[in-house]
Amino acid sequence: MRPDFSLRRLLAMLRKELIQMRRDRITFAMMLGVPLMQLVLFGFAINNDPKHLPAALVAPTHDSHTRAIVTALELTGYYRFDYPNVTAARAEALMEQGKVAFVVTIPSDFARRVERGDEPRILIEADATDPSVASGAISTLGTVAAQALLHERRAEAQAAEAARGQLQVIVHRRYNPEGITQYNIVPGLLGVILQMTMVMMTSMALTREIERGTMENLLAMPATPLEIMLGKILPFFGVGAVQIAVVLLAARILFNVPFVGALDLLLVSVLIFVMALVLLGYTISTFARTQMQAMQLTFFFFLPSLLLSGFMFPFRGMPGWAQALGEIFPLTHFLRVVRAVMLKGADLANVAVPLAALIGFTVVYAAIALVRFRRTLD
Amino acid sequence: MKVASTPARELAIDVHGIVKRFGDRVAVDGVSLRVEQGQIVAFLGPNGSGKTTTMRVLCGLLTPDAGEGRVLGMDLLRDTIRIRQEIGYMTQSFSLYEELTIEENLEFVAGLYRLHPAREHVRRTLADLGLTSRRNQLAGTLSGGWKQRLALAACVMHQPRLLVLDEPTAGVDPKARREFWQELHALSLAGITVLVSTHYMDEAERCHQINYVSQGRLIVTGTVDEVIARSGLVTWVLRGGRMDEAERLLRAAPHVDQVAPFGAELHVVGRDGPALARVVRQIARDTDAQAEPSVTRLEDAFIHFIGRGAPDRNGEPA
Repeated sequence: MRPDFSLRRLLAMLRKELIQMRRDRITFAMMLGVPLMQLVLFGFAINNDPKHLPAALVAPTHDSHTRAIVTALELTGYYRFDYPNVTAARAEALMEQGKVAFVVTIPSDFARRVERGDEPRILIEADATDPSVASGAISTLGTVAAQALLHERRAEAQAAEAARGQLQVIVHRRYNPEGITQYNIVPGLLGVILQMTMVMMTSMALTREIERGTMENLLAMPATPLEIMLGKILPFFGVGAVQIAVVLLAARILFNVPFVGALDLLLVSVLIFVMALVLLGYTISTFARTQMQAMQLTFFFFLPSLLLSGFMFPFRGMPGWAQALGEIFPLTHFLRVVRAVMLKGADLANVAVPLAALIGFTVVYAAIALVRFRRTLD
Repeated sequence: MKVASTPARELAIDVHGIVKRFGDRVAVDGVSLRVEQGQIVAFLGPNGSGKTTTMRVLCGLLTPDAGEGRVLGMDLLRDTIRIRQEIGYMTQSFSLYEELTIEENLEFVAGLYRLHPAREHVRRTLADLGLTSRRNQLAGTLSGGWKQRLALAACVMHQPRLLVLDEPTAGVDPKARREFWQELHALSLAGITVLVSTHYMDEAERCHQINYVSQGRLIVTGTVDEVIARSGLVTWVLRGGRMDEAERLLRAAPHVDQVAPFGAELHVVGRDGPALARVVRQIARDTDAQAEPSVTRLEDAFIHFIGRGAPDRNGEPA
């Protein structure tokens, strides 16, 4: 007899929310300006491919082969040999102090082995505390070193051939077992920026009504919890869509982030993520009694999700329990989807699991919010 | 539940033994209430006495811990959503959206009640309450009287059968108050039941029924005359003479319950008529004042009831 859902009531809610949003100029400007500002700031500040990194050279015998390799390494632009001739112990200390990012060791038998064609070796130790620091430098290393030797020994073509085939560059990544690819930061920022604004804004949705005393009136009128929830979150869903467009365009234009994968899959994924976020925020607002509490709950959630999702630190570098904890954040799953789709060109089948997880979050949050919503002032 | 003998008019509110606790505090302690349709009923009582909580329970905004009954013929506990559709509730503090205009607020309310055509309802309500000229003003910039008028507009637009108004005239100037009460009487004549809480005795005197609430209990219920009669109080007025001395003597005298100065007069109230008459006449002679009997005022009756705690609980099943 009483309909549980009325489009008219929902539209009335929506209209009211949109007017309120429009009249709150500062918040409205922040919702659109902040993401762009953050993207530009962090996008440029966080350099994925740093160059001229300090390095130390441990080379007991300074011969022409050593010089050829050092010159070649410097020419890549990644290495800057601040300590061109140190002992192994000193190099170790330098790296511990963080004064160098790399230690290149060329063993004393290197020249002899090159001439004999007997598997010459060089050792590169990289400070991989920040994996992105090391990755670019390391990836260029093998070819550079081999070509250096090739030029050096042009006359002795045969030996050079042998050397190229057999030169072994041994890379030790120190302090962190895993390096991570480039361009991680901008797709990651998309997730982080969306999380920040969406969760924060919607976490105020109900607390604002409670604090301003309008909740009492809203509850006295015949609006259902579902209508109130949709009325509250849909406007922010729209804001989220605009933010997505802004960030993706900026990513493309300012940072030349490659869009390898399908754009439609990317957009669908991001929209599901935004839906999960606004529902999460709304759920928070059903727990908090004041806007201050809502803010605190948001931050309580925000920092761990930032640190454990794989945005700041490599996910697989964390201990098992931390990885398990990381799984409870939508951001973790979103990062998997967005990196796979944007950078690796993954298709739906590749990202089905994290995508399903995001849908799962959406459903669970919605259910909690509807159960938690107090229909009375009790 | 006691079955009432057929009332003259249908009962808009018929609830029994309502109890509402917040933790250890009992905010409403066994309130029973019967209100005929079309009546204006006042709730009086000190702050924190449970008026607002009682009203919220009747609106279905709070679930009572005990008690039952019917509001507008619907079950108080089970039909809360249907009841809300038929009730207009005006909260104690302004609870519409300050960043919306008068018209936008009313359109929002019209949408939630699914009134159609919405524009027509809004237009008529604006006109009825004299808000048309200010319809584009933001609610947050309105003065107290206009906010109150907007709040009333928002809760009468859907033509409810019961209006619940929580201190609607607090902080409103006398002219706006008078106009507000004229609106209420017009609504009452149209058959709408009005439940209103107030601190003003003159407003209470305009009501068909008065309920005095103290510490969550309904202490007395009835018309103004009934409430005064039930108090059994006799009032004398003293004027002229040495008022300071008279007041001091009266406060120390037996059979005197209340002594209250009103301008150049002293109102003396007591329960034992003949004894009070003797005491007052004696003191009047001693201080060169004139004493004469007067009518007992509602306020004196209420002060008397508070002092006695919980007397004969009227409206409660025998």
